[in-house]
Amino acid sequence: MNERKHVLKIRGLDVSFKTSAGMVHAVRGVDLDLFEGETLAIVGESGSGKSVTVKTVMGIRASNETVNAGSVEFTYHDGEKEVTEDLVKLSGKEMRKRIKGKRIAMVFQDPMTSLDPTMTIGKQIMEGMRYHYKTPKAEAFQRAVELLKEVGIEDAEKRMKNYPHQLSGGMRQRVVIAIALACKPQLLICDEPTTALDVTVQAKILELIQDIQKRTGIAVIYITHDLGVVAKIADYVNVMYAGKIVESGTVDDIFYEPRHPYTWGLLSSMPDLDTTDEKLYTIPGSPPNLLHPVKGDAFAPRNEYAMAIDFEEEPPMFTINSHHKAATWLLHPQAPKVEMPEQLKKRIDAMMKGGR
Amino acid sequence: MEAAEKQPLLKVEHLKQYFKVSKTFTVKAVDDISFDIFPGETYGLVGESGSGKSTTGRSVIRLYDPTDGTITFNGENITGKLSAAQEKMLRTKMQMIFQDPMASLNPREKVIDIIAQGLDVHHLYKNQAERRDKVYRMLERVGLSHEHANRYPHQFSGGQRQRIGIARALIMNPDLVIADEAISALDVSIQAQVVNLMKDIQKETGCAYLFIAHDLSMVKYISDRIGVLHLGHLVETGTKDEIFENPVHPYTKSLLSAIPHTNPRVEKHRKALVYDYAKSGIHYENGTRHLVDGTHYVLATDEEFATWTAQKGALES
Ligand SMILES: Nc1ncnc2c1ncn2[C@@H]1O[C@H](COP(=O)(O)OP(=O)(O)OP(=O)(O)O)[C@@H](O)[C@H]1O
Ligand SMILES: Nc1ncnc2c1ncn2[C@@H]1O[C@H](COP(=O)(O)OP(=O)(O)OP(=O)(O)O)[C@@H](O)[C@H]1O
Ligand code: SF4
Ligand SMILES: [Mg+2]
Ligand SMILES: [Mg+2]
Repeated sequence: MNERKHVLKIRGLDVSFKTSAGMVHAVRGVDLDLFEGETLAIVGESGSGKSVTVKTVMGIRASNETVNAGSVEFTYHDGEKEVTEDLVKLSGKEMRKRIKGKRIAMVFQDPMTSLDPTMTIGKQIMEGMRYHYKTPKAEAFQRAVELLKEVGIEDAEKRMKNYPHQLSGGMRQRVVIAIALACKPQLLICDEPTTALDVTVQAKILELIQDIQKRTGIAVIYITHDLGVVAKIADYVNVMYAGKIVESGTVDDIFYEPRHPYTWGLLSSMPDLDTTDEKLYTIPGSPPNLLHPVKGDAFAPRNEYAMAIDFEEEPPMFTINSHHKAATWLLHPQAPKVEMPEQLKKRIDAMMKGGR
Repeated sequence: MEAAEKQPLLKVEHLKQYFKVSKTFTVKAVDDISFDIFPGETYGLVGESGSGKSTTGRSVIRLYDPTDGTITFNGENITGKLSAAQEKMLRTKMQMIFQDPMASLNPREKVIDIIAQGLDVHHLYKNQAERRDKVYRMLERVGLSHEHANRYPHQFSGGQRQRIGIARALIMNPDLVIADEAISALDVSIQAQVVNLMKDIQKETGCAYLFIAHDLSMVKYISDRIGVLHLGHLVETGTKDEIFENPVHPYTKSLLSAIPHTNPRVEKHRKALVYDYAKSGIHYENGTRHLVDGTHYVLATDEEFATWTAQKGALES
């Protein structure tokens, strides 16, 4: 294997929001590494801070938001030159001019928020190329039509003149993907880009992204709750819970040898086609309210394996091997030996043998 | 069959919904579809992006004027101009959870007011305390906290926002909820929570769901019956077992084969069955509803029907 080159290196990112009910401590010390040509999936509970983390990378801040600490180092090529910058330090204007849309593109979770309802979709796809690269109009038009075809929109030329509300939810999402790809970014961030897409179109988009990745070596961050998608495209997986990354490893580490009890719960609640039970498995309890300070391990109250120390002290990241880490006291050398739930173990064994 | 004796809660007959985009371009988003939903049941509507699922939902709840066909709800014909009483019945008894939560929530309104909107319009509480309690209870039920009540929609994560839409619909105690990709934006654990919640509420109140989704494993789990849409046509419908155990239409078959595995070893090498309508030689306009058996229907010409059902026999023997 070649030496892996850092594209993104996040250290100690800490973000909070001011609300009428108090401060919401949404991201509590995130470390994240992403390398050239690789795909990192971020999975985790709703509200765990996935979107906030990547929006910080893009320099998108809500008016009530404060970045309390941390750095986001982005390494890119400017011609022959290799440049590394801490994106947290850049102004909104610098981000827009040099980074956003051009070197880092993002596909947002909610397509309507990133589309302008008063502008045709064709114009919106061409906009970035015209602004960042001064691409001539006819060429930009041609490229936009091509992109629409690539994301699987039929009658692409006719659709160029459509306004967002004239498209179906999944088509809108694909338009946003086309906009993101238009400027050939070096880092592509996809926040639940395929949630509104049926499996066939989704597969097509995933293949398109993988194809571009093979050709150009872009790095991809992919946020999704669909573990089938993770299985298909990710090289590495970060599992987030209550504003922290609690487990990180290769796809195989996370799917076949998960070590954090939250990851166990997450994997156990996947529905599979053989599910016949009256009720789907859910992790008992609910995530902590980040309005209140978290003492000990945030997952402890929902964790049947929790030990006394879990309610007192936050676990550090324990290194399992060169590519697999998890933040749970269960990995402490003095912790009692606790195995993953029997049912999950059976399921993983079946998966290793090639079943579902 | 118990369901067959009951009156349907919703009856959709030959519904068409066209959009004229320009002089030369009309989108036939929904093109002559018929289906029933019975009280207390869940009807799953699946199909690829752009097949007309949202349009079907939006026509049924009368956000559009249907181009043709009849929609009957609670025994009332709600296809044409609505009387004041019909309008009120429709706006309380039928609710929709929208696909794009941000676009359907007023960004300038606090969550408490968004969720209480329907209650406000139809005066469904005695005083402010009752209004607040109802909203707080609903918030807790969808896995949010009453501390969220005074926030604005953009101050939530995607999945939290989706649950606001769910709370707004369910608080009205409707007979029919149209859930358009209501859980797609949620992580699996919360998805399971919300689906379990929807099932619980269904048990308590006997409401029916039109559950629009592309995630077939979830549709299979929640639905009693399923309809498969393609290019505005309902190509197949039946109970979930009829659809999953015995798919007849080639489009349904390809859809089922495309369900991703959650096993990386299998998923990295999986290839789905290809279905290309343009090259298939099938013309949906020529097909009619053919009964397979039970409540299982497929859209086909007589010839297609004979071929598709014969294939199945051949496989089994
Ligand atoms: N502008 C804001 N004001 C207050 N709280 C906010 C704001 N934006 C986000 N939050 C809170 O921060 C937390 C993290 O939100 P984030 O959007 O990152 O979640 P997520 O992991 O992307 O979840 P989902 O899977 O539901 O999209 C949530 O509890 C959310 O309510
Ligand atoms: N207001 C409108 N004006 C013009 N065309 C429209 C309008 N609404 C929908 N359409 C078109 O109707 C077709 C069906 O759209 P619909 O939103 O029903 O699809 P869908 O099955 O819900 O897809 P998705 O899974 O992507 O949400 C699409 O071709 C879409 O472009
Ligand atoms: S540190 Fe403790 S509470 Fe946290 S996941 Fe590990 S065992 Fe559970
Ligand atoms: Mg999010
Ligand atoms: Mg839709």
